[in-house]
Amino acid sequence: MLEKLFPWVSPVNSRSEAKRRLKLILAHDRAGLNPQMIELMRAEILEVVARYVEIDPEEMELSLESNERISCLMANVPIRRVKAKG
Amino acid sequence: MSRIIVVTSGKGGVGKTTITANLGYSLARNGRKVALVDADFGLRNLDLLMGLESRVVYTAIEAMAGECRLEQALVKDKRQHHLVLLPAAQHRNKEAIDPTQMKEVVGQIAKTYEYILIDSPAGIEIGFRNAITPAKEALIVSTPEVASVRDADRVIGLLEANGIEKIRLIVNRIKPDMVQMNEMMGVDDVLDVLSIPLVGIVPDDKRMIVASNRGEPVVCGLPDSIPAIAFDNIARRLEGEKVPLLDLMAAQDNLINRIRRLFQG
Ligand SMILES: Nc1ncnc2c1ncn2[C@@H]1O[C@H](COP(=O)(O)OP(=O)(O)OP(=O)(O)O)[C@@H](O)[C@H]1O
Ligand SMILES: [Mg+2]
Repeated sequence: MLEKLFPWVSPVNSRSEAKRRLKLILAHDRAGLNPQMIELMRAEILEVVARYVEIDPEEMELSLESNERISCLMANVPIRRVKAKG
Repeated sequence: MSRIIVVTSGKGGVGKTTITANLGYSLARNGRKVALVDADFGLRNLDLLMGLESRVVYTAIEAMAGECRLEQALVKDKRQHHLVLLPAAQHRNKEAIDPTQMKEVVGQIAKTYEYILIDSPAGIEIGFRNAITPAKEALIVSTPEVASVRDADRVIGLLEANGIEKIRLIVNRIKPDMVQMNEMMGVDDVLDVLSIPLVGIVPDDKRMIVASNRGEPVVCGLPDSIPAIAFDNIARRLEGEKVPLLDLMAAQDNLINRIRRLFQG
């Protein structure tokens, strides 16, 4: 209610929305990667990691970020347990 | 050594031509010898914004084909003696000229003029390549909107790939009241995203339209207006002077601002 009356106090606003979307788009643009390619990479990375450790495919996160005009690929793969050798 | 600067943006209609005209005028008024080159072949505009359309006889095409001397194609400004314009051809398309020819003609102009400002067309095709090939520096124009900033980023990448190292940003058409209400991105947001040095900001201002109707850059017709001061500041920064950014917020004292201050204490 208060946020409707005074939109500038709301943390979710048109300004931050624009910036959030831009950062995401530019990270992809700069790396020359589209969402399909990211999905393919995700699947392949998952496959490789799964050979060594037990993971939950649903929990893996792969994201692109861009800072100072450099793109960075970030994978977050929670490990359930290391597979026994052999 | 002359400074050869391309004014470009990727996205159309963000203010490249307006900025080229005003910066050129401001630099010339400060005593610099300035040539403006319209690289928007087929859609020329710069002559109109400068109010020089009736003086155009030859264009870059005739000068390059040797059908006239270069000096004959350069249109002298009515108000500033050190300011000239090389018009683009209106009846030919962008393919009428290639980057090598463009570089040659700009190189000729650079023998006499200290500043050459090239007004680039929108897009990233041949017209854009014609405009950037002769340049040693670039001014990127963006408005604080998602599509404009995205295109600006693309163009920055292309300029870097073409060996242009000095790339600086102008954020145009800022609406301070909307930024204050968090309805629009501010300069800091755009800077944070693009990560290139800022050379100036220009507010959104109705007087810009009035000036274009008259064929008179605001720095000439309305030299005391906020946008005119903004352009003069950019011209001074190009010259290497340290000039603080305009406080556009302070220039606004509307009801909303007063209520906000009341609430924020
Ligand atoms: N700061 C401003 N405030 C208000 N209007 C502006 C401002 N800057 C530019 N404009 C207006 O925006 C319109 C487009 O400007 P301009 O022709 O300079 O853009 P451009 O980038 O050269 O366009 P194009 O890509 O078609 O060459 C014009 O009508 C101009 O008057
Ligand atoms: Mg233009």
